[in-house]
Amino acid sequence: MINLLPLIRNECLKIIKKKRFYVILLILLVLVPMFTYAQMRIAERSQNKFNSDWRLEVQQQITDNQNSLGSDRIPEEWKSYRKIFVQQLQYYLNHDVNPNEPSGVTFTREFLDNSVTLFIPLLIMAVASDLVSGERTTGTIKMLLTRPVKRWKVLFSKMAALLMFVSLIVLSTFLVSYLISGLAFGYKGFNVPVFTGFQISGDSVDMSTVHAVPQWKYLLMQCGLIWFVSVVVALLAFMVSVLVRSTAASIVVMMAALIAGTILTNMASAWTTAKYLFMVNLGLTGYLAGTPAPIEGMTLAFSMAVLAVWGLASVIISFTVFTKRDILN
Amino acid sequence: MTNGKSGGSGAVVLSVDGVRKKIGRKWIIDDVTFDVREGEIFGFLGPNGAGKTTTIRMLVDLIRPSEGKITVCGFNVNRNPEKALQYVGSIVENPEVYTYLTGWENLQHFARMQPGVDKARIAEVVDIVRLDQRIHDKVSTYSLGMRQRLGIAQALLGRPRLLILDEPTNGLDPKGIKELREFIRKLADEGLAVFVSSHLLSEIQLLCDRVAIISKGRVLAVGGVNELVSRNSPYVLWELEPFDRAQELMIDRSDIQLLELSEVTLDDSIIAGMGPNSLITIMDEDLIPEIVAVLVTAEVEVRAVHKINPTLEQLFLKLTEGETID
Repeated sequence: MINLLPLIRNECLKIIKKKRFYVILLILLVLVPMFTYAQMRIAERSQNKFNSDWRLEVQQQITDNQNSLGSDRIPEEWKSYRKIFVQQLQYYLNHDVNPNEPSGVTFTREFLDNSVTLFIPLLIMAVASDLVSGERTTGTIKMLLTRPVKRWKVLFSKMAALLMFVSLIVLSTFLVSYLISGLAFGYKGFNVPVFTGFQISGDSVDMSTVHAVPQWKYLLMQCGLIWFVSVVVALLAFMVSVLVRSTAASIVVMMAALIAGTILTNMASAWTTAKYLFMVNLGLTGYLAGTPAPIEGMTLAFSMAVLAVWGLASVIISFTVFTKRDILN
Repeated sequence: MTNGKSGGSGAVVLSVDGVRKKIGRKWIIDDVTFDVREGEIFGFLGPNGAGKTTTIRMLVDLIRPSEGKITVCGFNVNRNPEKALQYVGSIVENPEVYTYLTGWENLQHFARMQPGVDKARIAEVVDIVRLDQRIHDKVSTYSLGMRQRLGIAQALLGRPRLLILDEPTNGLDPKGIKELREFIRKLADEGLAVFVSSHLLSEIQLLCDRVAIISKGRVLAVGGVNELVSRNSPYVLWELEPFDRAQELMIDRSDIQLLELSEVTLDDSIIAGMGPNSLITIMDEDLIPEIVAVLVTAEVEVRAVHKINPTLEQLFLKLTEGETID
């Protein structure tokens, strides 16, 4: 009987030696400074315009959005989105809290919000998509499965290694983003209050449950949700990698699903059954920030349940197929 | 046809019993039965596409047979792979190892997947295949021959009782092939059962003690190489003058079979050396002196008599009724 630990060690070793994780770090190290720079330019511009008074800036945003509500050329869905946005901004203004307090922490919060549906899933695919299909492409799967080890143990060790790297990717995204943006905006800001708990129904916002949390706590919740999304995406990519023989095909399948998700989120509010698809449920952090869900009736609990079901199903399919299938080539 | 259960003296290490495999609607493997005993080199011979690789994949639990049973040292490979595969070292098709790891890291990787393999054992197998100079280099820098040796090292790690090699001489130069042959013989002498597949008849004939011949998913014959080969009479080539007279004398005899050049499989070098007045016959070699005497009394000049020992190739062609082997 072979213990699972040496097997997991094998799989981690292979991921590291394949230099996949370094590539991910490199991508972060290149992209985050770019976003930081862009953010810096925005900050500079508003500074010139509003003389560093954030209240003026927020007030201006509110007026702009309200003005656009009168226009006929803007679709109804966008209008309700803007109405909600205006109400939230007003709430911040009334409570004298700057929603965009410039700091490394705020940047990180916003960066994470924007990367949860596409960017982080892409980084995860870099590891997950070739875990099994890579071994089949190179033929090493034959060496792996002719050892005196049950197949489910081989697959389990791969999955365990994957989950470890998923956690590492989420953590490094946070760290890289905080450390680099901190250079530009300063490292303070963990205790700045952020409002959460906006209840959205139609185009009005229920403020009764809104409460302020320190930004560090908000980030913690955010990272937890991102980790959950990442695990589900990883499990799905893992399943595709079990089902498909080539790594390229496996990446294309997952990419298509993710990109379809971002497109659907923008246009599927009429097609309500789309809310059971995993890819429109990836924006979990939006529920924290109070952005309206892409489809009426979606809540944080609903999205998490949908994702959990998809994740569980992919685990079951992965194990069933992997342990039963003939390795023909 | 021998049933494959005879011959050899050691304990049966691998037993394949009535194995069949259906893929889609087609029976890819249709009745394969043989035993491999300890200390013997067992050849698995057949043309490409005959089902050799599919059978080998079934031996190591990569493919599950639809019917039949495969046991290694008494353990069913498909029901109890954790036990059975402990006794098996294998290279299926090419020795595919992780090219982004060093040779040593590869061996460590596979060592972690089986019980009782420590650092000393890894060093030992590295020594056996003589890779010690390059073992800490990345496999991507290895030549094909070195990868082959690393593959064998990997197969030997767990002190197997059965070694399965699929077309082991593929891509090796003649020197490498000779070395490998000697190496395999040495392993068998130490008590290992070695199962070697090949589509090269000469290869199997030089290397193996016993052989199974497979074609279109069926095992056509199993037996000792010499035993199978000796079922065939040798070719005897004659160079005679006058030719017509000699042909008349031979054609009447029932114990001599005359052949056209197109009917025989001979090395090109032999065909090139044959004169225009050559006769190709199949006959018992004990008949040669008698025939020579008959020819001489009939005043036929016997310029040359050349006996060519039977080969597996002849047997193979007979069994498969001329199916080509490439």
